[in-house]
Amino acid sequence: MVYTPYDMSRRHFMRHLAGAAAWAVPAITLTQSLRAHAEQLRSNRKAAILLWMGGGPSTIDLWDLKPGAATGGPFRPIATTGDAQICEHLPMIAAQMKHLTVVRSMSTREADHQRGRYYMHTGYVPSASVEHPSYGSVIAHELADQRPDLEIPPFVAVGGGSVGPGFLGMSWAPFVVNSDGRVKNLEMGLDRQRVMQRMAALQVLEKGFIDQDRGLAAVDHAKMLDKTLSLMTSKQMEAFKVSQESDAVRERYGNNGFGRGCLMARRLVEAGVSFVEVDLGGWDNHQNIFPTLQDDKLPTLDRAMSALVEDLDQRGMFNDTAIIWMGEFGRTPRINGDSGRDHFARAWSVVVGGAGFQGGKVVGETSDDGASVVSEPYVSQDLMASVCHALGISLDRTFTSRSGRPMKIANSGKVIKDLFA
Amino acid sequence: MTGFFSAWWGSAVTVFVCVITWAMAGTEGLAAPDATKSIPDPATQPQLAKIEELLRRSWSDYGLSPASRATDGEWCRRVYLDLLGRVPTVDELQAFTTLRERDKDAQLVERLLTDSLYTEEYARNFTTLWTNILIGRNGGNEDRSLTNRAGLQKYLRDSFARNKPYDQLARELITATGASQPGRDGFNGAVNFLAMKLADDAMLATADTARIFLGLQVQCTQCHNHPFNEWKQNQYWELNAFFRQTRSLRRFEAGTNEVAYIELADQDFGGEGTTPQDAEIYYELRNGQVKAAYPVFVDGTKISTSGYLADVRRRGELGRLVTDSEYLSRAIVNRMWGQFLGYGFTKPVDDMGPHNAPSHPELLDYLASEFRAANYDLKTLIRWITLNPAYRLSSRTTKSNASDDPLMGEPPKFSHFYLRQLRAEELYESLLVATQADQNKGSYEEREMAKNEWLRQFTIAFGTDEGDETTTFNGSIPQVLMMFNGELVKEATRVDADSFLSRVAANPMSPAKKIEFLYLAALARKPTRPEIDVANKLWEARAIDARRDHGSGSIPPGAAALQDVWWVLLNSNEFILNH
Repeated sequence: MVYTPYDMSRRHFMRHLAGAAAWAVPAITLTQSLRAHAEQLRSNRKAAILLWMGGGPSTIDLWDLKPGAATGGPFRPIATTGDAQICEHLPMIAAQMKHLTVVRSMSTREADHQRGRYYMHTGYVPSASVEHPSYGSVIAHELADQRPDLEIPPFVAVGGGSVGPGFLGMSWAPFVVNSDGRVKNLEMGLDRQRVMQRMAALQVLEKGFIDQDRGLAAVDHAKMLDKTLSLMTSKQMEAFKVSQESDAVRERYGNNGFGRGCLMARRLVEAGVSFVEVDLGGWDNHQNIFPTLQDDKLPTLDRAMSALVEDLDQRGMFNDTAIIWMGEFGRTPRINGDSGRDHFARAWSVVVGGAGFQGGKVVGETSDDGASVVSEPYVSQDLMASVCHALGISLDRTFTSRSGRPMKIANSGKVIKDLFA
Repeated sequence: MTGFFSAWWGSAVTVFVCVITWAMAGTEGLAAPDATKSIPDPATQPQLAKIEELLRRSWSDYGLSPASRATDGEWCRRVYLDLLGRVPTVDELQAFTTLRERDKDAQLVERLLTDSLYTEEYARNFTTLWTNILIGRNGGNEDRSLTNRAGLQKYLRDSFARNKPYDQLARELITATGASQPGRDGFNGAVNFLAMKLADDAMLATADTARIFLGLQVQCTQCHNHPFNEWKQNQYWELNAFFRQTRSLRRFEAGTNEVAYIELADQDFGGEGTTPQDAEIYYELRNGQVKAAYPVFVDGTKISTSGYLADVRRRGELGRLVTDSEYLSRAIVNRMWGQFLGYGFTKPVDDMGPHNAPSHPELLDYLASEFRAANYDLKTLIRWITLNPAYRLSSRTTKSNASDDPLMGEPPKFSHFYLRQLRAEELYESLLVATQADQNKGSYEEREMAKNEWLRQFTIAFGTDEGDETTTFNGSIPQVLMMFNGELVKEATRVDADSFLSRVAANPMSPAKKIEFLYLAALARKPTRPEIDVANKLWEARAIDARRDHGSGSIPPGAAALQDVWWVLLNSNEFILNH
């Protein structure tokens, strides 16, 4: 199926402009006609949460330990509720591993932060001519039909910037928030009537400028006004307020940015958001890697990630929510002169679970020193294809980039079959 | 929401009795620009003729008809934004649009570049741009940062105000030694470029120097030969070797262990082997084999291999090699063209190897060689770019040039002006100037500090050792929320005593003239008929509010209506897009 998001939204936008009082009317009419189906849609709508480990996490110390190898580092593996043995400093995640599967056979080529971040988020290497949409934009775009009553952005990035919507356009850009859940500048402090009068006047200016054929940026701006207004007046914004959760729940997730981010992710998915990316940075451990991991990164990750899996499971949301844990690459088996590990893309791990994924497994294998993959290697495209498959998104989907070039979803990656059988 | 809206619209139509006469604008009382200065006639500048010839040839090669000329107001707004980093005031705009001379464009550019009235703003704008280029938007704002952002800006401001030749600027930044913080003995703000780039064997110093000054992306070749550009791993380490005598020395606040500033210094380098007179460094190939590297510039030029300063100052040699190379002029010409036209000849502008062919190779080469011949004079380069025909074109596309759209993945042909969003800094400065709030913001440093504080809300650091970052001032929802409701816009739309809008409201101009004034201030044009109509409706709506409140509201209806109009203007696509 060929689908041109730009044309679609342009037509949609022009319909908005059809009447003088067009600001909100068509949207509301549309919503009402679909509301009857909303309950039904809500009952099996899919979502995904990406736990993004910015900087390149040392997966050889977390998910694919090499005890006894010269490069193995000081951490010991422990048994889990699944097949995998993982790092001793992740005991709470170990208790949830029956829900999660480790892919130990990622083998990629981008070992630069910027390029790796782009590649792992989009399935494409950076290109001078096309900007590709990231996971969140693609998935939000594909799952939009399942949530017609969503008034807040379908793609939220907590505590990091994620990667942009590329040719899908600003409507699918990540809504970037801090983990404290306080969205700035929500109140105009005027009565609603005056706000709407201003909006109607603004509409006249926007339309005048758009009609002069000056390009997409003018159209995108008008769309973002619409989305912003929708969000400002929405009760769904409550989902950002993690402070509404009990002390016990907040404690369970951990009283830090990543813990609050994971809790917010669960609240947002409950409210209908399709894709949440939660950022835990600080994995670029070129120096003193082991104390940094043991004292800081791993306890934070252990608490929040285990809480998220447990919470989604207890609420009956886990089977509809995919979880992806990854960074831009792994780190060298070799321990460098500063007791750190450097960038390494040739052999590393990611973790997935939920939605259609089978939990509790280990997929793939690396050599005894962790320096190479000895089973079938997988790349970013394969992982992305697998996530789409888990969410019920057809891999036959083809986008048309703004240049008219057809682009297959997930860059024609192959589904990693072992994640599903 | 809809209910309110429809009810208002209906009633506003039926009670629409407000009659505002529309008078044509006069231009009385506006200062005429100093036209006595002799301006070089563009027609006599061979560079402009050659640029035009090359552009026209490429338009005809691609079968594109260039867009019509931008209106004087659009072009004037463009020039103020690009040279001074803000929109023109109404006076400045009208001074330009009322000129009739054939060379009025050249006059305006000359005025902004050379009139001492504008020196500070010109220098501030280029300082802002170059601070972001050199250390990023977050540089100096990190916890326990060793970079002194204000120190770098002091250096840059002085350099741009004196129009320092670009080769000298580059050399100074690459070779600087001294203290990072203003007021310290041996202060040299230029050291802040490299202050935090020396960690991990000067990885960032190597990558950023190559990227910014040579237009070469070498960072990936640290660990392996690049998969698709021609740079090899040995070249990375040979370039890296130039930085290995350099140290960022921490200087502490007396009696504490708090770092006060750094001192960038060159010291004898013993090398990683055993012979300082032959100071080599080692790197590892992907197959585990270890190789040695000595300083060799990207064009193959070798320098002494000694690590002793008495024999050779490696960074000094690098500064000389960079500024002697053609890479420097090609990189800056590409960057500046991109800054003014929205796209450079390559994308990104700082990745110019053979793997990334430029869109206009002949024009790029020509500009680079002319720039070298003009002794790296940035203002001369700016004259060529701002007075070339592509920069004068409208952003309105036609059937015959709409296909020229770099957003579609096409190389730019510059057959019409490409829309681009104002930078956050441009928005900030524009609002200060447009609301005349720039007069009482304290000293230069205090003002810059307040701006820096405001800008920080948009910057997201990725938390890697390489200081990667992004901005949410990119047209997404947080930006729109800030424009709708943020402090800066609240401040700009204040109507209390002494505010910009209260002064406009109190002016004896007719209401129609007041609205026109706001349109000129925000968009550099007069309102259209539908825009006048909707402004009139807002005016009437605020009058109805006042009658309902029996005058108990503290804001006079005229001021409240102007507030609405001004808010709408600031939130429009036409305002936030440089067009």
